Amino acid sequence: MIEVHARTGTLARLRNDVARIEAGTTTDRPARVTLGHAEADAVLQGGLARDTVHEVFAEGRQSAAATGFIAGLARRIGAGKPLLWVRQDFAAIESGALSMRGWRELGLDPRLLVTVRAPDVESALRTAADALACDALGAVVMEIWGETRHLDLVASRRLTLAARASGVAGLLLRVAATPLPSTAETRWIVRAARSPPGAAWQAWGAPVFDTQLVRNRHGLVGQWIMEWKCDECLFRDASFHREEAHSQPVAAAPADRPHQASVVPLRQAG
Amino acid sequence: MFRSGRRDSGQPCIVVAKYHNALVISALDDVAARLGLAVGTPLANARAICPDLEVFDADETADARTLNDIADWCDRFTPLVALDPPHGLLLDITGCAHLFGGEATLMEQLCGALERQGFIVSVAVAGTPVCARVLTRHAHGRIVADGDEAEAVAPLPVFTLDADDAITRGLRRAGLKTIGDVAARGRHEIAARFGAAFTALLEQALGQGDAPISPRKPPPDYIVEKRFAEPIATDGAIAMTLTSLARMLIAMMEKQGKGARRLEASFFRTDNAVRVIAVDTGRPVTRSETIDRLFRERLDALADPLDPGFGFDLIRLSAVRTEIVVQQQRDLDSNVHDNDEVAALIDRIAARIGSHRVVVHLPQDTHIPERAVRSLPAQQHLVAAMAAEWPARAESEPPLRPLRMFARPEPIEVALVEVPDKPPRYFTWRRATHTVVRAEGPERVAMEWWRAPEPMPTRDYFRIEDETGLRFWLYRDGLYDEVVDENGTAVPPKWFVHGLFA
Repeated sequence: MIEVHARTGTLARLRNDVARIEAGTTTDRPARVTLGHAEADAVLQGGLARDTVHEVFAEGRQSAAATGFIAGLARRIGAGKPLLWVRQDFAAIESGALSMRGWRELGLDPRLLVTVRAPDVESALRTAADALACDALGAVVMEIWGETRHLDLVASRRLTLAARASGVAGLLLRVAATPLPSTAETRWIVRAARSPPGAAWQAWGAPVFDTQLVRNRHGLVGQWIMEWKCDECLFRDASFHREEAHSQPVAAAPADRPHQASVVPLRQAG
Repeated sequence: MFRSGRRDSGQPCIVVAKYHNALVISALDDVAARLGLAVGTPLANARAICPDLEVFDADETADARTLNDIADWCDRFTPLVALDPPHGLLLDITGCAHLFGGEATLMEQLCGALERQGFIVSVAVAGTPVCARVLTRHAHGRIVADGDEAEAVAPLPVFTLDADDAITRGLRRAGLKTIGDVAARGRHEIAARFGAAFTALLEQALGQGDAPISPRKPPPDYIVEKRFAEPIATDGAIAMTLTSLARMLIAMMEKQGKGARRLEASFFRTDNAVRVIAVDTGRPVTRSETIDRLFRERLDALADPLDPGFGFDLIRLSAVRTEIVVQQQRDLDSNVHDNDEVAALIDRIAARIGSHRVVVHLPQDTHIPERAVRSLPAQQHLVAAMAAEWPARAESEPPLRPLRMFARPEPIEVALVEVPDKPPRYFTWRRATHTVVRAEGPERVAMEWWRAPEPMPTRDYFRIEDETGLRFWLYRDGLYDEVVDENGTAVPPKWFVHGLFA
């Protein structure tokens, strides 16, 4: 009798193993990546999911801040693996091309970056979908400037499926665009935050972001001021902002922002 | 080469070109020839002989293009096709003739196809290219066996050698009317009178010595092809053919441990148009699926899609450039495997949107901000970029260089600037005014005087933060009192936004 039990136990364990292998969860890399910002990680239930699509929105003039934020996300997600940055030609004209010296200054590795200069949105989308199928990449960033009708729910779903199959994260940088329905796991609205006040001779100008998580498919949303630590390559709470919150009001909401998320974490309907 | 076209008038017809400031006949049809006109006759004389001439202007570029198209089509017989301008083609058919049922059949096929298009062709097969050319000048369709060259060309007039006018005239004046006459003289006499180059030409015409032709394209390392009795036109059939050709090509290369770096697919249409589509790869390709996929991407993205017309009767796949492949144990070293996959992805994207659109970045040894990084095609420079040495960043410093930089710095209007080297208090960029809250600088960047042909102004760079937290990289183009206008009076220097910090 005991022997039978042992045998069924072994069988159950093996079945479990097989199920896990089939589900593809036995990869050596964890499915979620922490940002480093404790509160945000808690809301995200352990960090950003790797095998899906995340969107970052920004106003036209906030493009550099959003670029910095998404570069940080890409670094966290695709640590040590090549990164493919697909950008539309127009984006480089409008908000400047990525500068590798500045990339290096953020603590990122220019050697791992391959840039694709797509002539239009259509080819950028196709390239990104193709790249998401290549599991040797750490992440694929797609930068699209302005409104486009190509990036609809179908296109978004295609990207999500490709990301899910390969486990490569797709990061979508949308500058000067209004959010449309999509299958993205999270959606962020990013703007630059001011450097901490201090004496003129003190170092200032570290990348500080006012990030708003406006959509989270599996959890709460929220708003945080994050600082990218160039030396450690992670996000940290920019605590100085909290200390003097009274003197640092959040800037007025731009007209193109549909929802104004509250500072307190909120459960989003739907 | 002369295309007769379809004309019923029966009028003599000539083509004229400008030669030494006079219009002379450069080509003519049979009717005109029968009237006593000849190539080289001035147009005025020709009109005097025959007033109702139909005259066309010569279009040399179009002629050259046509010759090139015919050469493309001739690729189906041999990879070694050389142009012999203005009207000739040289085909090296060594070892190819038996594939077409012998030299005579090959010649028949070639002439038949060209004549159906309306070209008048004169063909000859001989041991040396010069001998064959001499023969075409006189008669059509001669095939000269090895060793019979001297005999074949002996009765031909000397002008068929295509030597200099002066030499031909000199030979005539010396009473040497045929090539046989010239060959009968001692070589040293000929060399003394007409030069060594002419002697060499004569010897080649007689079948002695061999002058290799210089083909238009280097012959590919590997060729596989498929001929169709019934032309194919559907996408599916074309894709299937390419797949099987890719498999054959890989099998051939594998035996010699080679991989392809550049592949060309040639589509020969039944109406004799040829379309060549090339694909480059970053690393030698050794898998037929990869070739298949690259061509699929390329064909999908063609601006002017492949037009099968009435169908293709020959599809050829050639590996134009190959490299020796070092076989690697793939599964043990995942890093190597990953790099291969990235390289394959880059190849695919490059095949679709162009190699120059997929770039990697290499640091440059210069302090001029816009030249500090070069972006080069990833297909060629991926390995170099992965091993590049980037300058280390200063620990616990904020970024000193912007994350985004404008290819063309954007001019701004500044207000309240303290002279000589302070940043502005306010500035207007893209119609919005920003108040400067924090600033750091100047960081002075002098231009590289040893490179620039004329002195460029020194730049003073400032890191700026405005009241909303946006961070800019501004510069003043030139120092105060350094910038002068054409009258020599100092003008205030201009300010620009060069980049944006995260």
